[in-house]
Amino acid sequence: MITQERLTHLKQLEAESIHILREVAAEFSNPVMMYSVGKDSSVMLHLAIKAFAPSKPPFPMLHVDTKWKFNEMIKFRDQRAIDLGFDLVVHSNQKGIDMNISPFEHGSKVHTDIMKTQGLKQALNIGGYDAIIGGARRDEEKSRAKERIFSFRDKNHTWDPKNQRPELWNIYNTAIQKGESVRVFPISNWTELDIWQYIYLENITIPDLYFSKEREVVEFEGTKILVDDDRMPEELRKTAKKEMVRFRTLGCYPLTGAINSSATTLPEIIKEMLLSTSSEREGRLIDKDSIGAMEQKKKEGYF
Amino acid sequence: METQDKKIAKDIEGYLKEHENKDMLRFLTCGSVDDGKSTLIGRMLYDAKMVFDDQLAAAEGESKQYGTTGGKIDMALLVDGLQSEREQGITIDVAYRFFATENRKFIIADTPGHEEYTRNMVTGASTADVAIILIDARKGILTQTRRHSFIVSLLGIEHVVIAINKMDLVDYSEDVFNEISTAYTELATELGIKNTYYIPVSALDGDNVVDKSDKTSWYKGQPMLSLLDTMDISKEQKEEDLRFPVQYVNRPNLNFRGFCGTIVAGSVSVGDNITILPSGKTTKVKSIINGGDITETDFHVTCQEAYAPMAVTLTTEDEVDISRGDMIVHSNSVPRVSNSLKVMLVWMDENSMILNEQYDIKRGTSVVSGAFEHINYQVDVNTFERNQVHSLGVNDIASCKMLLNQPIAADSYETNRFTGSFIVVDKITNNTVGAGMILGVSRREEDLDKIQNKEYTDSEKALNLFIRENFPEWECKTI
Repeated sequence: MITQERLTHLKQLEAESIHILREVAAEFSNPVMMYSVGKDSSVMLHLAIKAFAPSKPPFPMLHVDTKWKFNEMIKFRDQRAIDLGFDLVVHSNQKGIDMNISPFEHGSKVHTDIMKTQGLKQALNIGGYDAIIGGARRDEEKSRAKERIFSFRDKNHTWDPKNQRPELWNIYNTAIQKGESVRVFPISNWTELDIWQYIYLENITIPDLYFSKEREVVEFEGTKILVDDDRMPEELRKTAKKEMVRFRTLGCYPLTGAINSSATTLPEIIKEMLLSTSSEREGRLIDKDSIGAMEQKKKEGYF
Repeated sequence: METQDKKIAKDIEGYLKEHENKDMLRFLTCGSVDDGKSTLIGRMLYDAKMVFDDQLAAAEGESKQYGTTGGKIDMALLVDGLQSEREQGITIDVAYRFFATENRKFIIADTPGHEEYTRNMVTGASTADVAIILIDARKGILTQTRRHSFIVSLLGIEHVVIAINKMDLVDYSEDVFNEISTAYTELATELGIKNTYYIPVSALDGDNVVDKSDKTSWYKGQPMLSLLDTMDISKEQKEEDLRFPVQYVNRPNLNFRGFCGTIVAGSVSVGDNITILPSGKTTKVKSIINGGDITETDFHVTCQEAYAPMAVTLTTEDEVDISRGDMIVHSNSVPRVSNSLKVMLVWMDENSMILNEQYDIKRGTSVVSGAFEHINYQVDVNTFERNQVHSLGVNDIASCKMLLNQPIAADSYETNRFTGSFIVVDKITNNTVGAGMILGVSRREEDLDKIQNKEYTDSEKALNLFIRENFPEWECKTI
């Protein structure tokens, strides 16, 4: 008889996430994992590898490319796919590309709706996925705090927050009709600090954008954004300055605020996070549109 | 917090080292609409400095629009998520919140207290180690307090903190506190709640939430947060029997066949004699892969032993037939295998439970068709009285006899929370319509063919109908 120790909180969270991922693989015929290239996606990918070793994860990774992601993210994504050998599916909304949708010209709301939400719906319809694994966490935003780990979506990918299936113990209801789907959130119970600590402990590779270095930025709608390509309007680009900055979240470069920072290592990033007084999503411009903005976007099918 | 900030600033790597080894505690808060649940949680997050400036600014803005606290920040707005709830000023569903101290990570399940939301409380309680029950100091124990306590005991929560709230409105009176504590002790005894803790609190003003209040000098116990932080929630050290529900068969090639799952009780070592249930076949454990040990550069790490709640992959010495839904146990401690179970059922759907209707019963990783043959009694959650009923509506709780189409290896909920619990899924709507806890497992399997395929004559059916309609107290089964 060996003495059983209580697992640390990170090991408990890790085991819970692995359980959830295996449940998806066992119960659905065509699952997919959303891969957004950010730190949460990096953790999810790492967990998927652990869940199915010595096999590779039995589902592809899907990236909805809005065509406005940081260039570095795209390079990082393609390199990871080669290094780890996972199946990568990339989708962009061709209609939006044809319309030349730009966050600078059309604003964050229109851009996010067409390139991200509509793009995602297209990708899901094309793939015909019955389970979509996402990296959302309940600590990120108030409306996420109420969402189930296995969250039901109707044929139009919409979420009905008032009509969610009860979710008890670690038993997940995976029953759906043809055309319906379930969004699965294996890291629901992780916090931002848990994610960072886990990345540190497990030595998980993340994009360089999270680490501070001298980058060219401009002031845009109250935040600093990176000069990532020449699609940024000329008059904005003229105002560019070099500053020591890094990013707390990664998304579309015109919509992702940089913060001034000297953190060049993981412990320094964690230190900065612990001592900071504003929450993670502040750098993301889309949430501020209105109170309950995220809840509305989620009902419409956004992750 | 101040000193912690200093430590973080000075020696972040040392801080990270310490925080690698935190424990985790899940708790549930229960109270009625005006008991101040969300306020208490908001207060804990706020006083533990878990609220960021921008969230606070948003709550301040929203307090002006929806708040109910006059000039002060409405703490509940830090917690209540959905727009519709904010407008109604109530929490309508289960919300999960997180915070951490140096010792523990906390997961809070915040559930509403209305009668119609019993199902939400059951949901929140299903994963909780500890429950906090709020009692309004001005009102004392109310019907809903009895209801909340009943559900907490039903779901097997062993530690209950009674937060006697709104002490500011009773002048921090020791007498009021003692009176309510004494009354609750009786209730706890009646329900068999193992450990109770009483705290005088004002969630609105923060008394005894994070810091000990100077207004209750007569109170010698700990404030809420330090109690939660230091409470011993480890189960009594006993040799738990191995329970390993097979979740997924991993077969990348002909040379490897692994059985993935989460160990829900006990431990397993290489070489152990194991039995596969319900088939009863036996073999030995050949190797163990602990998912947690796998790295991106080594997919083949193995270990000698693993224990609950690790997510692992086992391989076996012999090629025995093992599939999802099977249970692997040690051959010297085999649980009962049966298709006839006595269960406590919580009905969660607007459509009533139909006796003898086939539902999908998901227990652990197995999904088996089954029906509720008989309602032994329904429990009134407010009075704890047992009633004879013939159907179950939403939020009803009842002891039933459940008959499955295939036998499963099962434990009582009291013995094992994970092998003793199940959900009920409607075969047509696919909704989760019920949740249940196993009370007992029959020694013998019931012969399904005899039950299901027996042909009754028209006169037998007519007699059956007549008896059921005129003599409901006989509890005659529908044929």
